[in-house]
Amino acid sequence: MTGLEGVGRWFWLAAAAVALIALPWLMPNDFYVNLASQILVYAVWALSLNLLVGFAGMQSLGHAAYLGGGAYVCAWLIANAGLGHAAAALLTVLIIGAMAGLFGVLALRASGLGFLMITLALGQILWGVAYRWVDFTGGDNGIRLPSRPAPFGLALNQPAPFYYFALAVFAVVLLVMWRIAQSPYGAALRGTRDQPRRMSALGYNVWLIRWSAFVLAGFWGGVAGLLYVYYNKFVSPQALSLQQSAEVLIMTILGGVGSIIGPVVGAVIITLVKTVVSSYVDRWNTLLGVLFLVVIVFMPEGVVPGLRRLRRRFGP
Amino acid sequence: MIAALEIAGLSKRFGGLPATQDVAMRVMPGERRLIIGPNGAGKTTLFNLVGGELRADAGSVRLFGTELLGLSTQRRAHLGLARTYQILTLFPRETLLHNVVLALMGLRRLRWQPWIRLAGQRALHEAAQAALARVGLADRAARIVSETSYGERRRLELAMALVQQPRVLLLDEPLAGLSAEERGAVQALLSAIPRDITIVMIEHDMDVALAFAEQITVLHYGQVIVEGTRAAVVADPRTKEVYLGG
Repeated sequence: MTGLEGVGRWFWLAAAAVALIALPWLMPNDFYVNLASQILVYAVWALSLNLLVGFAGMQSLGHAAYLGGGAYVCAWLIANAGLGHAAAALLTVLIIGAMAGLFGVLALRASGLGFLMITLALGQILWGVAYRWVDFTGGDNGIRLPSRPAPFGLALNQPAPFYYFALAVFAVVLLVMWRIAQSPYGAALRGTRDQPRRMSALGYNVWLIRWSAFVLAGFWGGVAGLLYVYYNKFVSPQALSLQQSAEVLIMTILGGVGSIIGPVVGAVIITLVKTVVSSYVDRWNTLLGVLFLVVIVFMPEGVVPGLRRLRRRFGP
Repeated sequence: MIAALEIAGLSKRFGGLPATQDVAMRVMPGERRLIIGPNGAGKTTLFNLVGGELRADAGSVRLFGTELLGLSTQRRAHLGLARTYQILTLFPRETLLHNVVLALMGLRRLRWQPWIRLAGQRALHEAAQAALARVGLADRAARIVSETSYGERRRLELAMALVQQPRVLLLDEPLAGLSAEERGAVQALLSAIPRDITIVMIEHDMDVALAFAEQITVLHYGQVIVEGTRAAVVADPRTKEVYLGG
């Protein structure tokens, strides 16, 4: 996770922070501010998946369960159970965290492709529940969120305030991931990815380390789900679909799992292609496929580590 | 006197094939025990059963009186068991120093800390550096494992097992693949290990192994066929028959 070093690193970090804070003034209209908010939601989600894919080396095709699950639980608690925003948000992350705990026990019965298939199956079960259990979930009609929350009296109904709210959550998640990457726990997690057998012999509980990463990924995925439902004020089975799980996995891999910032770059690229390019080109899915192929062929480790490699080779 | 490692009636079958049959062994504290036998005799399988990487079908393995069978591999490490691997099992993308730091952290509560900076743990890194110095790798600490020589990796394996401060250390062919010069260096390291660590070693290099061990166990088709002091085992006709190609 090296790259930019010393003073240069802090300079770029400060520049990026200033640019992100100034963004609503720099954008020509609200469309782009909303687009930036969407990117932040997906970035939080991709960062949460990176705990599994990048740190722990476990590929999941069921991460929509946490985005969609978080969105559904929150919307249901507010619209159908009449809870306030604060209680609903708290309860949502607790429920999604507990769900991740249960799903982790099931998925960690296997590794590699088996793990991938179990996460996929669990995700599809949730999708099926949302789609078919009409009395409970509204089926295809989904659930509408009556209003966005107003934390500390800050109304989030306008694009700019919501953007800052999403930016604050994103900053917290980024900080958490950065600290984990540098921590003893993060080192242990990478150890179980590279050499699980040795880790056991050294005294590490490999299963528990993986399970805890699974729960953390689910928890922060649930946080992304909260942002998602606040932004859209609506959730439907589409949020739980396999397409969503595949997209977030592609974001993470495309950006580069070996770095903290990789999944963020992946979220930016995919969301831009999805929303901007699709308004000009019908076959934006094809374009996404071609883009993915090009990256995998020329930068198999992902965009961010790939660019760092090029910079080392050709840079000053 | 309580044995450091006491194995009794230990058996393991792979399908119909018996890999370990009713093995019994008593290794006293401080002892240097050598396990020899032809390829496929079940030596590494025995280590995997003792270490917990394989589940035994029957028998008992006691570490200073504590039954190990049924415990997880990591639990056995916490009880004072450490091992090295015949096939190098290192963290190839990390530095040598980080490899030893991981080994040091395995038995400490620190390993669960998600919020503090690992790089800021001065004492831990100094201990790791000292362990590398002990095996002659002080100047290689910042190298990535994949950029080091095979002999250096063998010594790193040893350093990682030693920092666990085990009570019983299992060495699986610590000299495999080394040049004559490197073998001498590793041999010197092995002789320098203090006697409060009991060592059980699998090794094919008979010159080094015989000089190192006091007690020898000969395995053949998963069974103990000869056991005793160096002189007795070497003189035994059954040893010559199965191992020395008599």
